[in-house]
Amino acid sequence: MPLSKEQVKHVARLARLKLSLKETEEYTRELTTILNYIDQLKSVNTEEVPAWNQSATMENVFREDEIRLSLPREKVLGNAANRDDEYFHVPRVIGR
Amino acid sequence: MATQEEFEPVIGLEVHAQLSTNSKIFCGCKASYGEPPNSLTCPVCLGLPGALPVLNKQAVEFAMRMVLAVGGTIQKRSAFARKNYFYPDLPKGYQISQYDRPLGEGGEIRYRLQDGEERVCRLIRIHIEEDAGKSLHPEHGENFTRVDFNRCGTPLLEIVSGAEMQSPEEAYNYLISLKQILQYLDICSGDMEKGQLRCDANVSVRPVGQKEFSTRTEVKNMNSFKGVQRALRFEIDRQVKLLKSGEEVQQATLLWDEKRQAAQVMRSKEESHDYRYFPEPDLVNLVISDDWIERTRQCLPEMPVARATRFVNQYGIREYDAEVLTDSKSLADYFEEVMAHFDDGQVAANWIQTELLGFLRESGQDINECPFKPQQLADLLARVTSGELSGKIAKSVFADMARTGQDAAVIIRERGLTQISDESMLLAIVEKVLSANQKNVEQYRAGKTGLLNSFIGQVMKATDGQANPHLVSQLLKRKLEE
Ligand SMILES: [Zn+2]
Repeated sequence: MPLSKEQVKHVARLARLKLSLKETEEYTRELTTILNYIDQLKSVNTEEVPAWNQSATMENVFREDEIRLSLPREKVLGNAANRDDEYFHVPRVIGR
Repeated sequence: MATQEEFEPVIGLEVHAQLSTNSKIFCGCKASYGEPPNSLTCPVCLGLPGALPVLNKQAVEFAMRMVLAVGGTIQKRSAFARKNYFYPDLPKGYQISQYDRPLGEGGEIRYRLQDGEERVCRLIRIHIEEDAGKSLHPEHGENFTRVDFNRCGTPLLEIVSGAEMQSPEEAYNYLISLKQILQYLDICSGDMEKGQLRCDANVSVRPVGQKEFSTRTEVKNMNSFKGVQRALRFEIDRQVKLLKSGEEVQQATLLWDEKRQAAQVMRSKEESHDYRYFPEPDLVNLVISDDWIERTRQCLPEMPVARATRFVNQYGIREYDAEVLTDSKSLADYFEEVMAHFDDGQVAANWIQTELLGFLRESGQDINECPFKPQQLADLLARVTSGELSGKIAKSVFADMARTGQDAAVIIRERGLTQISDESMLLAIVEKVLSANQKNVEQYRAGKTGLLNSFIGQVMKATDGQANPHLVSQLLKRKLEE
């Protein structure tokens, strides 16, 4: 299944990636190759195999509802590019 | 209203309820509000590389309670999924949610309209997910936004209704009922003003008689039940106006502005999110056995309707009173605690509804903030039914209890309010009143027995209202018929 350039641009926009014209063409080609491979997998007859969403054989891994110590704030904010004593700072956003 | 004549609204609600667990859903950080910003985070809820989420079992049990309480089906096998989008309050770049395998499906919410008519709204699904952080609006002139990640990863229950409601009033009452259930189950505090309950609405309008749904819009950002009602009214009117002028409704998301009482289009369909859901590889599937479901079912608390019926049977109170008393779980609990120390249900029901609720309303307090304990109220009421206090005096004692939280006994002693039930003392006053009213006494003895009340009134006046009226009446009759 060939992927269109428009679809690549859309996915890039969702991922907040700015692609040059050349990159867009490159990714269109690469992603198409990947999708073709998926198509190949799809051709395997799986009628007898139950549909499943993960390969892990484990199930029900829980933790009890107990409070553990959180990180000290200075550590949390430590690597932030923009901050004050309490908050992270990000470019202005309008409320949603 | 003109809109009702040609068009009918179709409303569906998506409610997010904060589950009141101690810790967050995938890590041990405290799930709490009002703590210093960014003081409740860890590698898991910050989405730092390599951190692995582990599911909080309590959050699952809370969600199971809700599904069972509304008559839904718990899926034997459910799974988590990533919902991908970029927003500054979402450090991982995705929200862990449930998608094609939600925990619960189906069920219904019953609610009453203002006129008492009962309605039922079916539910589509109930699933668990994590909350995002909080961004604070920039102060005037600032070009940045502050972000606090404390709320990141606190557990949410998403409850999705069918598009079945036909008016803003129905939506309002649906929410009231939903909140009542969450509170009875003790899984969410349900305060919309504090964000513990959040509601998004899907709205469309269609010509009356049309079967298909029209284009719908989504309205967000309401922060009170009344706000939801107003926002829906606004959006329905807007859509009807568009259709009447021959225009089309565009699929869009609108933000309700409570100050301006208007909703504004936030994003239209073209820019709408494409969440690219996929199975969460860091979490294994959730498998719920019949046995676990059964154990949870058995631990479900008594729900409002069942409790009201029991109140009628067990305490002999009127149906209406039972409904008022079971309206909130804490009020119903209060009533039952009073009844643990007192035996006249209807008297207790009357006092709680008129005096107690009246006082709470006036003082703007919640039943949980009531200054005196149920046992203290029971003690006051026992003094009324035993005849120790007249109703009038008891009400003034109640007012003092509400003000000070003191026991009735203390107030009665300090104010010298005990009802006079001492026969010899009352007899002396009765005799004095009768001898001062010889004419009336003769008329009474001649058959004008209606005069008894005026005698009682005078004795009560002579004792500052403290005489036991029942005893006074007995003594008067005895003297008059001598
Ligand atoms: Zn954490």
